[in-house]
Amino acid sequence: MTGEQVLFALIKILIMVGFLFNTGAVLTWLDRRQSAMIQDRIGPNRAVIKVFGIEFRLFGLLHTAADGLKFFFKEDFIPPKADKVLFALAPMLAMMPVLALVAVIPFGDTVAIQYLWHRTPSGIIFPAVPRFGAPVPGVGPVDLLIAPLNVGILYAFALAGQGIVGAAIAGWSSDNKFSLMGALRAASQMVSYEVTIGLSLVGAMMVYGTVRLDDMVRWQGENTWGIFVQPAAFFLFFIAAVAESKRIPFDLPEAESELVSGYFTEYSGMKFGMFYFAEYMEIVTSSMLLVTIFLGGWQLPFLHRDGISIDFGYAHVWSTLLPHIWVTIFQVVAFFGKVLLLCSFQAFVRWSLPRFRYDQLMKLGWRVLLPCSLANIMLTGILVLATGHLGAEASGGLKVAADVTQAAVFLTIVGCVLTVAVGFFRPQPHVRWLAGTAARFAQARGGTKPSPMQA
Amino acid sequence: MNATFPKKPSRSADTVVVAHPDRDAHVQSFLPEVVHGISVSMKHFFHNTKEMLKDTRPDPVLERLDVGITTISYPEQKRPYPDRFRGLHRLMQREDASPRCVACLCCSTACPAQCIFIEAGEYPEGDKRRGYERFPVKFVIDELRCIFCGYCVEACPCDAIRMDTGAHAVPYDSRDQFIFKKDLLMSFVGRDGTHLTANPRHEPGEPTHPGIDRSHAHG
Repeated sequence: MTGEQVLFALIKILIMVGFLFNTGAVLTWLDRRQSAMIQDRIGPNRAVIKVFGIEFRLFGLLHTAADGLKFFFKEDFIPPKADKVLFALAPMLAMMPVLALVAVIPFGDTVAIQYLWHRTPSGIIFPAVPRFGAPVPGVGPVDLLIAPLNVGILYAFALAGQGIVGAAIAGWSSDNKFSLMGALRAASQMVSYEVTIGLSLVGAMMVYGTVRLDDMVRWQGENTWGIFVQPAAFFLFFIAAVAESKRIPFDLPEAESELVSGYFTEYSGMKFGMFYFAEYMEIVTSSMLLVTIFLGGWQLPFLHRDGISIDFGYAHVWSTLLPHIWVTIFQVVAFFGKVLLLCSFQAFVRWSLPRFRYDQLMKLGWRVLLPCSLANIMLTGILVLATGHLGAEASGGLKVAADVTQAAVFLTIVGCVLTVAVGFFRPQPHVRWLAGTAARFAQARGGTKPSPMQA
Repeated sequence: MNATFPKKPSRSADTVVVAHPDRDAHVQSFLPEVVHGISVSMKHFFHNTKEMLKDTRPDPVLERLDVGITTISYPEQKRPYPDRFRGLHRLMQREDASPRCVACLCCSTACPAQCIFIEAGEYPEGDKRRGYERFPVKFVIDELRCIFCGYCVEACPCDAIRMDTGAHAVPYDSRDQFIFKKDLLMSFVGRDGTHLTANPRHEPGEPTHPGIDRSHAHG
């Protein structure tokens, strides 16, 4: 490894782990604020920081900082009869695999460092790179993923499976019945849903013909997003991923109404914080996996390595070259944006659905999701075989269909943005009820005094 | 053991047997309802986020039944109390800023919680009111003991005590602070911001004063 490679590796680790930590922290805020918006409440807005007499509330984001600070100063309680070594080890075991999992997730296409900019006598120019072709000589090319392992997704499975260990050890070492029950539930639930996670992706691997996550994304860029070729697998994987991160409606391991707080009942201070944080980071990593495998990773519709080119099959519609640096920035932003959107969607799921009963959970896992994923593998196998024997005309038709899905994605994005923009500027009249003296007093004063905590 | 269990009562004629709910795929798969639930969540989310960002939330008092966030941010925002709300007591004042109270002990007698203590005193020799009225040397209300029934206000013959401050006891640090003394009670104002009432008291020596003093009354 040369010095440059080490430097690039460090930068990539900084980007990925930094994103993971920051998004985990922001998600704790987003969860509270989004749930407040869903439930017609105001949500956290009290934490304030004063800089030169100006108050900053940052929409309640400071509550996250205050929470983190609080975790450090709380008493670190260990139950007298707990296994002290395992008790301290469990939060680390819960956190480690989540951090290690992002190593194989690509957040951008291969960057040809030498083509980012050229210094010429007349100024700096930003060249474009060819869409296909050999890696450029000299410095780079740099893959935008931390560890280009050729086992790819199998590594992700292996680490996702480690999440059980932390939960199980936490419950066992706490010397508490509720913790033990929670650990049992967590272990059996995660083992059950791991099966679905693995099997639902087999279909995707068959279609893409690779287990490397960056090659999967490249396939999706050249053809169509995974959600269109494997809709059932996307759905199954999404359900199983929510179950893996132990969130509502699958939060039985920590069901407050039954088990106090499940396997981390006895934890306090930063050890609890690590469990809490690992749970939120697990949402981020599961969203990253979903985006990478099914939602096109860093790809945007019609945006290729050399620029934008709109084709339908072999019919060329429009194309333009874009500088390599711009393409790279668009792709990285697209990846992280998709991840954030999916995290937010998971919060919607969490705040809309009730919790399953335990037998329902097991039935769903073993009797519904597992047979469905097996059927998906079967169907995918048949289709992959069938398309392999198609003539040139039929393959051309598939190519057109793939490009139509790209156009559909593009139109959907534009439609969503337009709907939100139009909805934002549409005025919403309010209706007044002047019943009771309180309302009449308020009316006489010209409305209730606005609160200074508007954010 | 020869336990006999009560027989299951036979079904009466007007019993309605409810059929088992339909369990078709639409219901059993939960999916349509899941989608519906999430869409309701999203509707509220986007509506409330928009109003939060544009700062057009409904007024929490006037538009409290409207769609959206109608939370009152309490210490900063308050719902006005209704007209006849019985809040903290206050002692009314005369034109010369002395208390209207004549220390007749009607209020402390009427008080079911016995939270009013009055120590009556005579006006000094030479005062025009001496012999006609007394005045409260001490007037103490224990606001922790008070049950806010309003009987003291009804019992008062000279409109000297009222509960129309529109304020309620704030959470103080210690119990001593809930013992309201005369000066504090006299410093409170009503909703109109004054210490006075609309019916001024007839002072001894004025032509409208009945002129009956205590020596007359008790012969």
